[in-house]
Amino acid sequence: MSASPSTITELAPATVQPRAPALPRLLSGIRAQGALSLEQHLAVHGPLPATGGGRRRARERAGMLIAEIERAGLLGHGGAAFPTAAKMRAVASARRRAIVVVNAAEGEPASLKDRTLLESLPHLVLDGGILAAEAVGADEVIVCACESAGAGIESMARAIEERARARSERGPALRLTAVPGHYVAGQESALVNFLGGGPAKPTFTPPMPFEQGVRQRPTLVNNVETVAHVALIARYGAAWFRELGTPTQPGSALVTLSGPVAHPGVYEIEHGASLSSLIRAGGGSTARLRGVLVGGYAGAWVGAPHLEGVALSNEHLAPHGASLGAGVVLLLSEHACPVAETARVARWLAGQSARQCGPCVHGLDALATTLEELAGGVAEARVAQRIDRLASLIARRGACGHPDGALNPILSALETFQAEFADHARHGPCDACSRPGELPLPDRPVSEATARP
Amino acid sequence: MSHRVRVNPIACEAHGMCAELLPERITLDEWGYPVIDEGSLTGSQLEHALRAARACPTFALLVERERERGRR
Repeated sequence: MSASPSTITELAPATVQPRAPALPRLLSGIRAQGALSLEQHLAVHGPLPATGGGRRRARERAGMLIAEIERAGLLGHGGAAFPTAAKMRAVASARRRAIVVVNAAEGEPASLKDRTLLESLPHLVLDGGILAAEAVGADEVIVCACESAGAGIESMARAIEERARARSERGPALRLTAVPGHYVAGQESALVNFLGGGPAKPTFTPPMPFEQGVRQRPTLVNNVETVAHVALIARYGAAWFRELGTPTQPGSALVTLSGPVAHPGVYEIEHGASLSSLIRAGGGSTARLRGVLVGGYAGAWVGAPHLEGVALSNEHLAPHGASLGAGVVLLLSEHACPVAETARVARWLAGQSARQCGPCVHGLDALATTLEELAGGVAEARVAQRIDRLASLIARRGACGHPDGALNPILSALETFQAEFADHARHGPCDACSRPGELPLPDRPVSEATARP
Repeated sequence: MSHRVRVNPIACEAHGMCAELLPERITLDEWGYPVIDEGSLTGSQLEHALRAARACPTFALLVERERERGRR
């Protein structure tokens, strides 16, 4: 079992593989620039298992595919790590014809994995979308890309054209849609709302998308990386999938590594690989670290003293209150002030509210203000009680997961950097507070803060 | 069959009627939005809850049967 992450800069020659190599899996055959054409994609992975046949045969195959995905233990890669097979079963059991939405609407400014898949491996994504459609009996696959992912959109549009030209048998209709780039647009209900002609904002649930989604039809919303794994599981099987990863989180994952590291970018790791092996694969850190934000802006901090033993799987991250989420790993250098950075992140997260639910609109704003006061050394007395009170007024009171997700990095920063927060509350700003922010936010997006390999 | 109250936070505009009519289960936060105790309603509370739901100007208050509970 190999624990070393592989980078998209290590280019393997495209050869026909009877089995995909250990790592990279998803990133096999990837080029430094541009997409794999249909021909190149087929040279790396071979054709999809046979499709076609009558309706009865299609239903049998659908059941077998879902069972294989279940045996593989694939969990969703959009952030929530929900079992993919269970989600597919819920959609497949609905009476009406289903729709598949491939979610690459990545609004997380520190994540590049979704756009990397669209840009470089569009045919692997389409394979996965077609298989997902087969699994749930859908006649349509809609790929939703973030409108800011221009190169990804172009590449996917070309791939869909290639498929249309090459297709010899009938399959689901393939569509591509650009989705507004704000943070909550990628929430499942927001995508469904948008595809139904509404704003890209979350809606009140139930009904859940799997019950009643796009055009009132049962809708399977899967992250783009999730369906890419499906494309590999259908070819190489569940046992192969489980050769990497941990028993509770099998397989590999794409992670976006950024911050003070020699080669930031998208890496494929096996679940359970050590954080230090990922940083080594990224050429090593270029500064001493103060902490690592795992899971991005809905994730949690791991402080410098604990970094050595950290393994990148949800089971190993749970004691730190973190999870891998959508695979964002953000390093923070010791030159940065974690208090100022947290206040910045809190203000940005407050601004990303869809402004639909009172507790989210007012609560996140009040929390950001409190953190700014704390960072500036002008916080009221009993500020800790104020933060606890605000957190209790925010948690579980929104229609979507944004308010709860936003609490994670903020509350975890307060715990991880306790000494720094106490110091600011007593003495005001530190020297590092005046430095420009280090964590990538839209004023400093990750694509600029880090050069893609 | 037991019931509970739930708010649709998107529809809610903080009119606060619900807290007037069902204070046993609903208080208001510092911005005027309802903080709801989502436990099962007693028989007499159910009547008040239904009245509160009808009184809400934006129909944001829902009285649900427990088993209808949606997956979140």
